[in-house]
Amino acid sequence: MSEQKTSPEHGRRIRVLVAKPGLDGHDRGAKVVARALRDAGMEVIYTGLRQTPEMIAEAALQEDVDVVGLSILSGAHMALAPRVLELLKANGQEQVKVFIGGIIPDEDLPRLKEMGVTGVYGPGASTEDIIRQVKAAVTE
Amino acid sequence: MTLAEQLLSGNRLTLTRLLTQVENDTPEGRTALTELFSHTGKAHLIGVTGAPGTGKSSLVNQLALHFRKQEERRVAVVAVDPSSPFTGGAVLGDRVRMRDLAGDPGVFIRSMASRGSLGGLARATAGLVQVFDAAGYDTILIETVGAGQAEVDIARLAHTTLVIEAPGLGDDIQAIKAGILEIADILVVNKADRPGVENTLKALKNALELAHPVRHVFLHHGKLEVVEAPDEPVYNSWIPPIQKTVATEGAGIKELADEIARHAEHLRESGEWTARERSRLGSELDALLREALVAHFREGVPESRYEAVLEQVFQRELAPWEAVKMLLNGQSK
Repeated sequence: MSEQKTSPEHGRRIRVLVAKPGLDGHDRGAKVVARALRDAGMEVIYTGLRQTPEMIAEAALQEDVDVVGLSILSGAHMALAPRVLELLKANGQEQVKVFIGGIIPDEDLPRLKEMGVTGVYGPGASTEDIIRQVKAAVTE
Repeated sequence: MTLAEQLLSGNRLTLTRLLTQVENDTPEGRTALTELFSHTGKAHLIGVTGAPGTGKSSLVNQLALHFRKQEERRVAVVAVDPSSPFTGGAVLGDRVRMRDLAGDPGVFIRSMASRGSLGGLARATAGLVQVFDAAGYDTILIETVGAGQAEVDIARLAHTTLVIEAPGLGDDIQAIKAGILEIADILVVNKADRPGVENTLKALKNALELAHPVRHVFLHHGKLEVVEAPDEPVYNSWIPPIQKTVATEGAGIKELADEIARHAEHLRESGEWTARERSRLGSELDALLREALVAHFREGVPESRYEAVLEQVFQRELAPWEAVKMLLNGQSK
């Protein structure tokens, strides 16, 4: 029946917040990822540059997202990522999956995973991988 | 604690999850709306529409700031952006212009994708507005998609509709076309520091005077001529004011907020407020009824029969009107 297309299961869409914490101004990567996720059928809330962890957690709460994607190229990921995770938890959103894209040294990966970051993507990562892993993380 | 009490106590996690349920039209969402309905009807709903790039989000940002700082009202923002008709995905970017509102617990911003709905709003926008209303937000700003000339749904939902224009977006014929200008309670010319603003103001003034004639005195072949305004107001007694703003600098925002307050007062004094509420609830009820009737009817029609009739329509053996008649009468051809 054609009406069934609007039923809850079909109406539900993955909602993703794409945010850029920190002070660097390189937002091309964040925009490419936002667009790729859109083309994969997700609803992407794009917040723009220079967001504080507090602003990101607040936006994640107001938008009731499933996923937060952080774009960090400033090297401050070891300070910013745990703060975002902590604030999400404080708001009762510990189920939200956090992904990071940007310039992240390999030696930081284990500690980021330990903190609760679901995935990390550097230069050259394929958007198909990102889409697949975001979908898998949300439906698990 | 009832759901309404939880919302009124400021539980933002409950609020945000409920907004999702309502947006997805789940059974939980419907139950909640039913429970909350008696708590709604208190908020002032302000619609913001206009072509893309006229500065709707920036104006919403400034208005919300003004309502918070000057009047200490609790403000909710519902911002609708388009969904892709091909993938159903969306990039919702209105928050980019609303970063000044971050960190204020008296403001709640929710982005919505239009999810295939035309007319500038999503199907569930009215539901989200009801949830905010029940949660005690007394001012709700609703920003439409911004597609242009057919965005009239907002006038049905909002008490006060702002139509945003900007210099350089078309000539005076645009201004007298039916549709978007007719729904304006207040016309805003944003980006008023740009060249061409005088032409935009003039075109809008002329268009308004066609709809709301006023007394005119002018020189014609050296003689003063007077054209009296008609005694009876043509539509109603509210003539949309035109307000110049520069949203990026906050210029004209206080004046715009004053006009919004004046319009709300006019609606209350003239009885228009209750009339609008009544007709809005009427069209909401009609829409729900239509949906429910179709769903109910389709339950009684076997899928195979529906497909058979559709096939006949597809083969051009049956016109859609005949097909509807047949399905309703339960006959087959």
